[in-house]
Amino acid sequence: MRYRILALILLGVTLGGCSEGVLDPKGPIAAAERLILFNSLGIMLAIVIPTILATLAVAFWFRASNLRAAYLPDFEYSGRLELLVWSIPAMTVLLVGGVAWVGAHDLDPRKPISSSVTPVTVQVVSLDWKWLFIYPEQGIASVNKLVVPVGTPVSFELTSSSVMNSFHVPQLGSQIYTMSGMVTRLHLQADHPGTYPGRSTMFSGDGFSDMRFTVDAMTDSGFAQWARQARQTGPALDTQALADLAKPSKAVAPFTYRTVAADLFSGIVDAGMGTQEPSLPICSTPQRAEP
Amino acid sequence: MNLLGKLDWSAIPLHQPIVMAATAFMALVVVAVLGFITMKGAWPYLWREWLTSVDHKRIGVMYCILALVMLLRGFSDAIMMRAQQAVAAGGAQGYLPTEHFDQIFSAHGTIMIFFMAMPFVVGLMNFAVPLQLGIRDVAFPTLNSVSFWLTAAGALLINVSLAVGEFSKAGWWGYPPLSELQYSPGVGVDYYLWSLQISGLGTLLSGINFVTTILKMRAPGMSYMRMPVFCWTSLATNLLIVAAFPVLTAALAMLLLDRYLGFHFFTNEAGGNQMLYANLFWVWGHPEVYILILPAFGVFSEVIATFSGKPLFGYRSMVVATMAICILSFFVWLHHFFTMGASANVNGFFGVMSMIIALPTGVKIYNWLFTMYGGRVRLTVPVLWTVGFMVTFVIGGMTGVLHAVPPVSFQLHNSVFLIAHFHNVIIGGVLFGAMAGYTYWFPKAFGFALDERWGKASFWCWFVGFYLAFMPLYLLGLMGMTRRMQHYDDPAWQPWLVVAMIGAVVILGGIICQIVQLVVSIRARDKLRVTADPWNGRTLEWATASPPPAWNFSSAPNVTGRDAFWTSKRRDRARQDRPGSAHVYEPIEMPKNSATGFVSAFFAVLIGFSMIWHIWWLACVGLFGAFATLLAFAFRRHPEFEVPAKQIAQFERAQSAGAAA
Repeated sequence: MRYRILALILLGVTLGGCSEGVLDPKGPIAAAERLILFNSLGIMLAIVIPTILATLAVAFWFRASNLRAAYLPDFEYSGRLELLVWSIPAMTVLLVGGVAWVGAHDLDPRKPISSSVTPVTVQVVSLDWKWLFIYPEQGIASVNKLVVPVGTPVSFELTSSSVMNSFHVPQLGSQIYTMSGMVTRLHLQADHPGTYPGRSTMFSGDGFSDMRFTVDAMTDSGFAQWARQARQTGPALDTQALADLAKPSKAVAPFTYRTVAADLFSGIVDAGMGTQEPSLPICSTPQRAEP
Repeated sequence: MNLLGKLDWSAIPLHQPIVMAATAFMALVVVAVLGFITMKGAWPYLWREWLTSVDHKRIGVMYCILALVMLLRGFSDAIMMRAQQAVAAGGAQGYLPTEHFDQIFSAHGTIMIFFMAMPFVVGLMNFAVPLQLGIRDVAFPTLNSVSFWLTAAGALLINVSLAVGEFSKAGWWGYPPLSELQYSPGVGVDYYLWSLQISGLGTLLSGINFVTTILKMRAPGMSYMRMPVFCWTSLATNLLIVAAFPVLTAALAMLLLDRYLGFHFFTNEAGGNQMLYANLFWVWGHPEVYILILPAFGVFSEVIATFSGKPLFGYRSMVVATMAICILSFFVWLHHFFTMGASANVNGFFGVMSMIIALPTGVKIYNWLFTMYGGRVRLTVPVLWTVGFMVTFVIGGMTGVLHAVPPVSFQLHNSVFLIAHFHNVIIGGVLFGAMAGYTYWFPKAFGFALDERWGKASFWCWFVGFYLAFMPLYLLGLMGMTRRMQHYDDPAWQPWLVVAMIGAVVILGGIICQIVQLVVSIRARDKLRVTADPWNGRTLEWATASPPPAWNFSSAPNVTGRDAFWTSKRRDRARQDRPGSAHVYEPIEMPKNSATGFVSAFFAVLIGFSMIWHIWWLACVGLFGAFATLLAFAFRRHPEFEVPAKQIAQFERAQSAGAAA
């Protein structure tokens, strides 16, 4: 516990002025993940720091020039010490392993966030090299800018129209890969209004460094207003517009589409399968990646 | 039909000044070295004594030289990346265009893993394992030479990519679909694939060789539980090589088929799946990190016991821990992609398994600690590397276990926190271990020690430089910085990246100290001359002369206990394992030199290069040449020659005269 506080202080000092990272969560998922990070770190620092100090102390005290140190040339086995040597790491592993197992289940990206508020669905498509966010319920789409209502769970369905990418908003929590022909799932929520950076973390080629987007977390009314505005301006997103958007381009300024053709997202997933033929059972990955 | 396939003048990147300057520099160095050798008339000597040598010690030394040269190449890439990220903040684009930056990070990873770390640990094993086992050579000496030259062939190909064509821009894992023809139409990925296939074959052969050697060829009395721990860790490493490398070869072969013949292993069409590659790659990739670290653990075990003047604490625990790591390392690969959308049970299982593997590793740290306890620790350069390792590695281990917690990985995967973690274990573990081994066995290999002062300077530069270069990356990872970014927007990251850049410069200081150390030591070699046993060693390599004769041991050592040499020294203070002039020596059969390795590797380069550039006829020539070489070897008349007893007796007399003088 002492070390956990120490770790927190150390981290706090070093990251004092920093925002925007995983240590500055703005939603329940990121907050829970930060807590797990600190807990695991605390458990391990409790043995890592003494181990480092002991190593240095032993190496220093038993240096050859120190004649006061005892010389035990035959000290090569001790049952009790062996027990200790195995049990210290074992206990740590037991503790952190428990954290890992429980955490893997509690924070499973596919697990919906329990909330009384109806979730918003966003379909995410990674393209070369920009992000497309489709709002099927609102019938609009947005490029390189994700707008979400505060306090509302957001249910993501993600795919890629080209290579593998990873969708990540550090301040909101978990990242997940986007892969063509497959749908991955993710649930996040923003608790505070604000603008948060997001980006692809999986290297995807030439335009990768600029493959970022912003997340605008707004109040419910702000979100509704944004959606209303989006419905009135911008081009329509149909198959042709999608083909234009899919052409490789870097650092695209955010804009919105006023309408979205029906089943566009599932069309992208199917196109990612490469063939129009019915999928073989072995590659029925869209289903496989569902919860 | 074009006789040169895809190859033409446009393959030379004349429009990229940085690449051309690097190429010119490399060419200059190569020409200078070749010129120097020619001037000295050293070609016949080199050919006879080194290039065609099947002596495990010579091959080990050549592996280490290859590793050190590749360290320079990989480090140049590293410092270029650090410099780029130190300046490319806000709107700035830095000095490296994306296309070049992407090749650099791909080459850095590939070179450092396959052509620096691997040759280094394989070289140390080559040199030390047969000596520690008390035997004359490895099980298949010529195969050993083939292994080395195939590794060198891969390294050559990857360096050719700098001047002719380009290197992969898909990272050192080469995940499809990015590495598929559709997204990487150039020759870069082909360079990556062929150089890894060729060197991977060499590594696999080397693995088979060492497993056989350790299992079947130990000195009389050297039971398993009397083997030095370095031999145990080498056994584990080579078992892992034999089990894991075929998986890599298969995965890369599938990608080759996708790229060359339109197969669909990793495309979504016709039942392929990109996730399959990630799985296969890391089924090899995770054992690979233990392939690298286990020999380093072995070196630390030898160094710490020798310089503490004590047996290794908890030998049996060490053996159990090593073999546990060997097996467990095949059950953790999925932690490299927790974020691929596997179910919570799968993620949880692999998370817990990844932590369990930390348990035997933790045990080792404490065993080294208790080995020092009650010892007379001589703080020589190898010990500095070892203590530096113990301190650094537990931090790297801790951040590794952090990554094994799936929710933490969801946040930190692919961030520079991850970069900091694996450099923390690979530099702090593998590289420190390789340096400790290099300093520890150098006097055995050459008969003179390395300069202590420059060695210490080098250690401190590496140690401090490492912390300066990578601790900021931990912070940056927590601040949300992703790996592999050619430029970034957040100006708050820049100060930390400048610190990391300074760290890289300090590491450069460490490398320069090492080069100076080598030069200074060679020039002062007469003053640094050592006896057979300069460190008061415990294992059999110290029982024979420094440098050892080609036949290693004039009479086979008889092993009566663990720490065989120490035991015999204790028993017989006067003249340990080398009996006096009254001893009658038997003639010794030794394997003959063979050009098989060198020639078959030449053809391997031909095959690789021509496949990369689609010069099909040349590939056929290469294939035929390689086959003919092996055939010629198979039909050789006199595989061995006899060292007469008189020559051995003469050598031993000269040795004891030298020791007396």
